[in-house]
Amino acid sequence: MRRLLPALVLGVALSGNLQAAIDTYEFDNEADRQRYRTLVEELRCPKCQNQNIADSNAPIAMDLRAEIYRMLEEGRSNDEIIQHLVLRYGDFVRYKPPLDARTFLLWFGPAALLLGGMGALLVIVRRRRRIESSPVATELSPEERERLATLLDRKDP
Amino acid sequence: MKRLLLLLPLAIFLGVAVFLYAGLYRDPAELPSALIGKPFPAFSLPALDDPQRTITEADLKGKPALVNVWATWCPSCRFEHPVLNKLAEAGVNIHGVNYKDERAPARQWLSDLHNPYQLNIEDAKGTLGLDLGVYGAPETFFVDANGIIRHKYVGTIDEKLWREKLAPIYQQLLDEATP
Repeated sequence: MRRLLPALVLGVALSGNLQAAIDTYEFDNEADRQRYRTLVEELRCPKCQNQNIADSNAPIAMDLRAEIYRMLEEGRSNDEIIQHLVLRYGDFVRYKPPLDARTFLLWFGPAALLLGGMGALLVIVRRRRRIESSPVATELSPEERERLATLLDRKDP
Repeated sequence: MKRLLLLLPLAIFLGVAVFLYAGLYRDPAELPSALIGKPFPAFSLPALDDPQRTITEADLKGKPALVNVWATWCPSCRFEHPVLNKLAEAGVNIHGVNYKDERAPARQWLSDLHNPYQLNIEDAKGTLGLDLGVYGAPETFFVDANGIIRHKYVGTIDEKLWREKLAPIYQQLLDEATP
């Protein structure tokens, strides 16, 4: 325990340094810094496909961060910056794809599947309950009763 | 009706299975280019072999061309280079974009390994590469006689690939250019 604490403190301090090493851009105001952070987290690195450009060390991600910083300094809006990159790299670079005919299934597919499943479950449960509570299922008809009696009375040899 | 309903889960399963099976054979690294059908982006960059000379997108027009993005730091480019030499010898019109590279080793490369390029564009800062949506060299763009990007291939071109996939595309651009 006595050793663990300094190790932890050191670890946290070092990771803080690493974080700082990635971000070397200076911003005029806090709002721009926030916008930069959202943009680099929402945009995807074209080379290392499962990382956003904030996390990636690929040269292309560095270039894109520089490009985003440049455009922010020029005073362009978030939409303009995203559009600028989509024109070059396609919708692929967006972790938040736009809502259109092609991405309709992507946006609403999971919810539709969930609702469909819940609907099916509801129907099944209701039907079961109806069968259990209906007198037809619990009571035998006279013919059935007779057949049951003969079956029970029958003496096996 | 009830019987059909019983088959519904199977039908859904088969639908999903077909969808996922098709997905197995798609290369996730292959991105559709956003630039196909659009004009080659405007640029004004020095020639690698003659820095006094400026090359612009207008120089690419006139006849169909391959624009190959390469760099000396890119190992697959070295692998691809002999293939490009052969294509150039066979009369294919190829331009080179030296992407984020240094002038001296790039020139050395061309003098050592032969220069297959008609125009050598020096994109030291990668600005043209960014406009082209390049995310890794080598990448090759097929540009028609009007300067429109018609196809893009990401990765190393080898002879088999050229013969089977890319040559027909280039031929089509040639056919369009000579009515």
